[in-house]
Formats: sequence, structure tokens, C-alpha cells
Amino acid sequence: MRAAGVFIAIALALALQTTLARFLVGGSAAVDLVLVAVVYVALTTGPVTGMLAGSVAGLIQDSLSSGVVGIGGLAKSIVGFLAGAFGQQFIVTAALPRLVMFVAATALHAAVFMGLYEVLDLRAFPSPGKTVMTQALGNALVGIVAFTIIEALPGIVERRRAGGRGRR
Amino acid sequence: MALLDIRQRTGWLFMAVTVGHIVLISAQVSTKRGVPVLEAVTFGAFAEVQRGATSAVSSAREGWQNYFALQQIRQENERLRQEVAQLRVGLQQERMVAQQTQTLQKLLDFKASTEWQTTAAAVIGSGASPEFRTMTIDKGTQDGLLAGMAVIAPTGVVGRIITASPRASKVQLIIDASAGAGVTVERSRVNGVVSGVGMTEQIEFRPGLIELNYIPSTADVKSGDRVVTSGTDGIYPKGFVVGEIQSVQPEAGELRIRVKPAVDFAALEAVLVVLNSPSVIPGVDDAATADDPSTGSGSPRPLDKLGVAPNSVEGRAESRGEAR
Repeated sequence: MRAAGVFIAIALALALQTTLARFLVGGSAAVDLVLVAVVYVALTTGPVTGMLAGSVAGLIQDSLSSGVVGIGGLAKSIVGFLAGAFGQQFIVTAALPRLVMFVAATALHAAVFMGLYEVLDLRAFPSPGKTVMTQALGNALVGIVAFTIIEALPGIVERRRAGGRGRR
Repeated sequence: MALLDIRQRTGWLFMAVTVGHIVLISAQVSTKRGVPVLEAVTFGAFAEVQRGATSAVSSAREGWQNYFALQQIRQENERLRQEVAQLRVGLQQERMVAQQTQTLQKLLDFKASTEWQTTAAAVIGSGASPEFRTMTIDKGTQDGLLAGMAVIAPTGVVGRIITASPRASKVQLIIDASAGAGVTVERSRVNGVVSGVGMTEQIEFRPGLIELNYIPSTADVKSGDRVVTSGTDGIYPKGFVVGEIQSVQPEAGELRIRVKPAVDFAALEAVLVVLNSPSVIPGVDDAATADDPSTGSGSPRPLDKLGVAPNSVEGRAESRGEAR
């Protein structure tokens, strides 16, 4: 059941990323929805699931892009693993910790991703700080919203059901 | 089941996933030289494995070869030891031959320098009894040797032949108790007779010393004087060194004089026999044989009755002429 949820989350993130990302912030990838999904899965399920989810999502993302297959997967695996481990050690339920978590995850992802590209001399990222920070804030915002919606969703459904039964 | 649950092996799983991704990336990325990173890394890793394997094989082969080499070295060492032993023996033989050659050379030189007709002979044995100081030489009557002939060495007088067989001769050494010779003290020209000392006297004497007798107490004799043959005994040619006076002690109106022989009888290897000795006359062999101390019946030629005459260095030529 949990695996299905993870799969759906990743698939949904990929679908949204590939379809809606071009509409966000002038078409540049200011938000990485797949990364947000990976962090979410890691925080809610743990390091192993987070890592596996990051690995699969990153590989798919890599294969759909023109980059080297594996770099995104490796970066998201590391992020998923560490985010899951961090979520198990600390209580990350308030908005601020989640914000910090998403910002840190984005920064780590960018460091691994861009670092590998730089090390392998495949691509240059001149002054990536601003871009990374923008993406980190975007990811954090989307992530917090996503967390809020997903956590509020069962209550809304319940209240709707309860309201429907009351009108009858 | 816990072992199979990958969730219990988080660290290993993380590492496996990371390595998997790295391998995947490496397969797609090329190095600056155009070789795929995976290939380069794989090749590098296997090259190290090959290097290690080759090193291990080489070490094993080297160890094996060294083992065999040690075996060979051991055998060679043994062979060399034997060779060294043989060479040492050979060296000793060579030294011995060299010493003999040296001795013979001295003898030859001496033979050439003397005017007497001599023949060289090798010492092949010594006397069987300590009471009688004799030795055996390897020449006899076949070589013209006769009893009564004087035997000399480069360093001095040795003795005289007392028995001559066809191929060997017995020599009575001058240190024998029965031996005697007419002598002159070279410095003062004092005449006397030297004779060996018996076993009893040797207790008082230092072994190997001889006694100079019939010297009056007023004679000019002192330690260090050289004693030479006077030629008056009819056996020994005149002028050959007998020895050196070791000590002089007055005793009952005479002097008790001890003389150290010039010849080292223990180291004697070769001698010269004076063929035309004054005492050699036909028929003397029988008489000399009768004098053989080993038989115990004979007595030496009575030197005291020879009429020791004054002698001088100047008179040598004359004496030699007479001898000839």
C-alpha cells in the first residue's frame, strides 16, 4: 500500500514536472517537483524508501532529460536517504523545519548534481548560488503546501462525508 | 529473516545504490582521452588485480627459484670447501717442496763453495735409541760413500759415517756421546777436542750441547767464541764450523766448556758427505763398522791420540792441499 502511494507520488511529480514546469517562472526549472516528492516520501516513510524513491525518480528524470543517466539518480538517492534519516531522528512536522528541510535538500541535490557535472567536465554552472536558492525556496514553498494539503486532505474528506450525512 | 530484510541493512543498501549510480554514470562519461570512465576505472581496477596477481606469482616463482638457488649454493659451497681443503693440502706440500728446494739450494751453494769433493745425501731417518745420536742418509757404498767420511751441512759439521750399506749409511752425529772431533777456537787458535755428552750428562747440560775438552785453565777462551774443526783428527776437513762456546767454567785445573753446535740436527734434511776425507783409506769401512755405537762394542776413533796440532786460518790452504 505504501509502495503504491510512493509510486503514485513519484509518477504524479514526474508528470507535473514534465507538463507544468515550463509554465513556472518563465519556463526555467525553478521548482523541482520530483525532488519535492522524494523529500516528502523520505520524511514520511524513512531513509530506505526515500533513497529508493529518489533513485528511481532520478533515473527516470535523467532518462527523460538529455543529461547523463545516473547523476540525478545519485543526487536524489543521497537526498532521499539523508532526508529520511533526518526525519527519523528529528520531528519535522512544523512548517519551519519542513522549510529548512526542503531548502537543505535542494541545496544538497544541487551540490551533488552540479558538482558531478563539474567534476566530470560535462557541463559548467557559472554562479549557481542564486538559481539554487530560488529553486530551494520554490521547492520549500511547494513542499510545505503539498504537506499541508495532503495532511489536511483526510480531514476535509471526513468533514464532507460528515456534512453529507447531516443534510440527509 | 532479519538478515534478508534490506531495511535492516540501510548503510549497505545506500552504498549499493550509490555505487550502482556511479557505475551507470561512468558507463556514459568519457575521460579527457576519450576512454569511457567505466572502462578506464574497470581497466585500472583489473590492472591492479593483474598487477597483484603477477606480483604474487612472481614472488612465488622467485621464492622457488631462490630455494633452488640456495640448494645449488649449498652444493657449490660444499664443493668449494673440499676444493679449499685440497688446495690447503697442496699449499702445504708446495711450501714443503719450497723449503726443501731452499735447503737443497743452500747445500748446492755450499757444495760449490767448498773445495772438497762432496756428494749430497738426504736424511731418511734417525737413530732408534736416544743413547746413540745417529741418523740415516739415503746414499751408501754404491754412491762411493765409506765409513769414516765426514758429513757436513752448510751450517757446520754434522758427524761421520760409521756404517755404509750399498744404498744407505748411518751417520754418527757430533753430539753423540761417543763422537769427537779435533777443533780450534777460531779467535785464540786454542786447540781441543769436542765430544758429545751421554744421557747422564745431558741432565746437567742443556740438551744438544757438546763439550770442549782438554783446554787448560789459562787458555784464552770465552763465551761466544766460534769453534771450528782443526783437521788434525783425520776425519773432518779443517775449518768447518762446529759451534759456538756457550759457557766456560774452571774445573780442576781445566776449563769445562760447553759448545752449542752450529747445526740444528732436528731440522736437518740434507747433508754433504766429504768423499775425499783424510780418514778415508781402503779397509777403514770394517774398522768403522766395528766402531758402530749401536752394536755397543766399538769405540770412536781416539781423537785424543790423534796428536792435535796447532792450526791456523792461514794454514788451511796448505791443509786442503794435503787433503787433496
